[in-house]
Amino acid sequence: MKIVNKSYSKIDGKGLVEGKPVYTDDLAPKDALIVKILRSPHAFARIKDINTKVAEKIPGVECILTYKDIKRIPFTRAGQCYPELSPYDKFILDEYVRHVGDEVAIIAATDEKAAMKAMKIIKVDYEILEPVLDYEEADGHPSLVHPEEDSFAMVDIGFDKSRNIACQVELELGEVDKALKESDVIIKRTYSSQAQAQAMMETQRAYTYIDMYGRLIVVTSTQIPFHVRRILSTALGIPESKIRVIKPRIGGGFGAKQTANAEFYPALVTLKTGKPAKIVYTRKEVFRGTNSRHAMKFDITLGATKDGKIKAIDMVGISDTGAYGEHSQTTIAAAGQKVLPLYNKVEACRYHGKAMYTNKVPGGALRGFGVTQGTFAIESAINELAIELNMDPTEIRDINMIKQGETTKLLNMTTKGWGDRPMYMDSCMLEYCISKGKELIKWDEKYPKVQISQTKVRGVGMAIAQQGSGLPKIDMASVTLKLNTDGFFSLLMGATDLGTGSDTILAQIAAETLGVSLDKIVVYSSDTDLTPFDAGAYASSTTYTTGNAVIDAAEKMVDLIKHHGAIHFNTTIDNIQFDGNTIKNIETEEYITLSDFSKRITYNHQFIQLSTTGSFVPEKNVPPYMAGFAEVEVDLETGKVDVVEFVGVVDCGTPINPKLSKVQIEGGITTGIGLALYEEVKYDENGRLMTDTFMEYKVPTRKDIGKVVVELAEGYEKTGPYGAKSIGEVVVNPVAPAITDAIYNATGVRIRELPAIPEKVYMELLKKKIKSKC
Amino acid sequence: MKIEMKVNGQNKQFDISPDEYLVDTLRNNGYTSVKKGCDTGVCGCCTVHMDGKAILSCVILSAKAAGHEITTIEGVKEEAKKVGEYLVEEGVEQCGYCSTGLIMNILYMEKHIKEPSDEEILHYLSGNLCRCTGYTGQLRAIKKYLEARKNENSK
Amino acid sequence: MLALFNIANSITQEVKRMITIREYFKAKTLEEAYGQLICNRKNTVFGGGAFIRMGSKNIPLAIDLSEAGLAYIEEDEHEIKIGAMTTFGDIEHSQLLSKYFDNMLAKSVREIVGIQLRNIVTVGGTVYSRYGFSDFLTGLLALDTYVNLYKGGTIPLERFLKEGPKEEDILENLSIKKDNRKATFLSMRNCKGDYAILNVALSNLDGKFRIAVGARPNRATLAYEAMKYLDRLNNQITKEDIHKAAKIASEELVFGTNTRGSSFYRKQICYVLIKQGLMEVLGYED
Repeated sequence: MKIVNKSYSKIDGKGLVEGKPVYTDDLAPKDALIVKILRSPHAFARIKDINTKVAEKIPGVECILTYKDIKRIPFTRAGQCYPELSPYDKFILDEYVRHVGDEVAIIAATDEKAAMKAMKIIKVDYEILEPVLDYEEADGHPSLVHPEEDSFAMVDIGFDKSRNIACQVELELGEVDKALKESDVIIKRTYSSQAQAQAMMETQRAYTYIDMYGRLIVVTSTQIPFHVRRILSTALGIPESKIRVIKPRIGGGFGAKQTANAEFYPALVTLKTGKPAKIVYTRKEVFRGTNSRHAMKFDITLGATKDGKIKAIDMVGISDTGAYGEHSQTTIAAAGQKVLPLYNKVEACRYHGKAMYTNKVPGGALRGFGVTQGTFAIESAINELAIELNMDPTEIRDINMIKQGETTKLLNMTTKGWGDRPMYMDSCMLEYCISKGKELIKWDEKYPKVQISQTKVRGVGMAIAQQGSGLPKIDMASVTLKLNTDGFFSLLMGATDLGTGSDTILAQIAAETLGVSLDKIVVYSSDTDLTPFDAGAYASSTTYTTGNAVIDAAEKMVDLIKHHGAIHFNTTIDNIQFDGNTIKNIETEEYITLSDFSKRITYNHQFIQLSTTGSFVPEKNVPPYMAGFAEVEVDLETGKVDVVEFVGVVDCGTPINPKLSKVQIEGGITTGIGLALYEEVKYDENGRLMTDTFMEYKVPTRKDIGKVVVELAEGYEKTGPYGAKSIGEVVVNPVAPAITDAIYNATGVRIRELPAIPEKVYMELLKKKIKSKC
Repeated sequence: MKIEMKVNGQNKQFDISPDEYLVDTLRNNGYTSVKKGCDTGVCGCCTVHMDGKAILSCVILSAKAAGHEITTIEGVKEEAKKVGEYLVEEGVEQCGYCSTGLIMNILYMEKHIKEPSDEEILHYLSGNLCRCTGYTGQLRAIKKYLEARKNENSK
Repeated sequence: MLALFNIANSITQEVKRMITIREYFKAKTLEEAYGQLICNRKNTVFGGGAFIRMGSKNIPLAIDLSEAGLAYIEEDEHEIKIGAMTTFGDIEHSQLLSKYFDNMLAKSVREIVGIQLRNIVTVGGTVYSRYGFSDFLTGLLALDTYVNLYKGGTIPLERFLKEGPKEEDILENLSIKKDNRKATFLSMRNCKGDYAILNVALSNLDGKFRIAVGARPNRATLAYEAMKYLDRLNNQITKEDIHKAAKIASEELVFGTNTRGSSFYRKQICYVLIKQGLMEVLGYED
């Protein structure tokens, strides 16, 4: 491979570091109306009356919209393929407000000050209702988060609003209860992980205007331009053909922007006033008015033989989806579906999960997407099993985990459209990941712990994880290639680069297939008018799904070039050779450079534009795998846990760009460390979000993470583009369970509720001390 | 109110509101390289120099900055380009949103402390958050940059 | 409760976290500044403005002291004077301050958010506002520090922290008596750059101790009983005495619960930090 598996720098890198004006707010028209949103101060209330008359008179105010001004249409904001697996439970503005921060009124003014002034004097008379704040008490709670008649689910997902249930999922293989009865050892535990905020540096923002054809143009910081187009069409009641969505450079997403959030408000204002409009979410609005990782709790029951063979896994999960059910089904489903297949040798396993409505900020997509939470639960339970059996946790994995070439019926059950034939994990490199990880962290020297001083002790712990690569038979990607005069190609893709570098790696794949150098590929992406359909940047799909679509388009292009080369040389296609640079008639030895050829067929002969479109939808479930190893130091006097070192070894198949792949691992590990030790979305007893700034919500700083060492397993997945799988999300998953096991190995204290903040660890240490004295 | 300040060496006049922050004044006047990432002065995306010191333009009122010298990345193009090259080479510019603020702080750190240790680098830059890269690669890039500068200067 | 908690509550109001300022005035002298300050109860003197901006006040006149010549760190024979507009960045990097008190004041500001914020936050802003979460106040309290107010004159920091200013006033500078006390500063925080869960500063001047504890979450105060206990020992202090003193301090002080920690946990941390601090200052290995 000449271009793939090479560490090119990102093609947009230079422009970004020079501070070029390429983000949404840099591009917005200077005269755009500024849109602000009045948000609910109550967790659950009904608007009895809302009076905007005085506010509308403030100079500079163009319009103020309340639920009375907007056609009532239920929809879902979730960025998913249609028909969505999320309930249609959201209205642009509603009579009910269902969480602190829920939208109440939209204000548009010529400048921010006027909008804020107006906002302060909008009179709202609320009937305050009792909020549902504990997701474990939501079922049967006297308050219904969704009392309205017209919310519904497009697809049967177990939606039952009378019980505050957004969805329910099930998975069952074999006879769990029988297998548990036959087990020598049972581990029965409950684990929970907290809501986590994506905290990308660029908040949600969008601007809109009407172009000269009367179409609504939406420029937005999004991961899902095509879904946004459809969602806006549904919510605004205008045809998709009247909407164009463009994603410029964006400052990260991590799943936050896989839900449509900001786009509705400027769109409505533009439609109403005819003027350009812009909204830029403040950081506080992001915390309160968008979404965060679903908090989840799992009851895990493991049954195993005394020599470490896991016979059965029973998993019951509950998820807090907050006020709206975006991504509720898919995350709680993934928590079981993309974790249980790791243990393919069990006789039986069973998973029940459900997502509950509460009057809190809605759950959404965040890197890992339910698999993170499920992995924390299962891997923690298996680490506890290892302790119970006095076995090394890597040994327990070795006995039970899926290995190269193996399969499990679970893969059939969780892969749409695959049917009954076995699905072999031909490219699974978990064994290597574990052995390499052990070597890198010096596991044998350090396991289980090393006493540093009277008050400080270090421990090591590990966990494994998988994710998926795209969504088989659900999400597809398309790309178009066109040959330009002078022999360079335009690569038009719907695929969304969040800063991850997808523009670059997809160009690498195109260049490799076409046989040209990388600089011959000009990329344009994420414009619903100009680029073909792509589901968007989620489900770790871009490399695998869009990558294969690129290969499809490029292979078609090579054929097309040869076909027209044959015409050019007046011969048959079998006589044509194309090596990326020249088209050659092997019979006569005549040749023409691609550059000359492209001019020739455009200006002089044939008069044809060569352009191909490739599409791809995954068929096979193709998980990336990872083994994560943590070394922590615990201060026994304060409970403070510091990560000394974290080693991550990832099997992503062929890394299209090893440099960028490694940065993905380093970044994902840091997010995992945040989940394990520092970050927590917190509410007060009235449902008000307390962590709505970066002073209260602590994203790890560069002094908080210790040494991070990453390595790529050299795998190859034959269904992947040049052997690639995915990497974006798996890299978060094993971190928290590895850290909590390291804490246990260091101190004997088991944290089953994230995050492992110092006070929590301290209290457990104290309890342990007291117990040992009794 | 009308104020004057020097921005990137040029004398500038701005018509501002007394409660307007420097980041907004700069962005509204074409210095879009300065980014806003939070509202509590924690993320560092808005970092610029005032009289040569790294500060947060989202915390400093424009009225306070009046009469001072402000430097944004547009004003230190050549130096910033050099740092930027090292970040791009390591693949740690990622979404790029934290990059300009980070580069401004790196340039400040470079003037302030000779041959910083890893710990010192992390300490100086701890006010620049990044959610994409996990920081590790950025440290690699910065060390390579500082090493290259050291070699340049010793020639 | 604390400035922090009050702000946190007002932050949860849905109507803006945004301050408005009608007029901005750069005072050339303290007299000018004071003259403007007393014209309206809501007129506000700005230090760096870092904390004010997180609230939601309507300010008729913002008074900026940055041109009043108050940014200095100077010494004479007896004392160090730090002007009100000196920034935390200046404190952190001051050559002068590094010569005294084992550079404890630099330690007390190092963990605050980031250097860019420290280049803005001022001594005057922090000290006059007597923030509960402040690390710097705790550090100052462990030294022989005095607050010099424009109207109120010179007041020991200890008293100023308890009572505040008698009337609307402006802080001109701090004076710290020069002596060769050994000092240290410690804090407990989960994430670096966060507000402290608890902070401790202590100093020993030939057997006379000052033990300051702050971010309780209430503002810094001295642990008088613990100090008395140690002072009686004529600088002959064993490890056991250290444990005892730390325990006394943790029991005499009042701690509260907030989002960062419970009062119980703060009490335990108080013991640990004071113990560690005393060990350090007395040259023991923990």
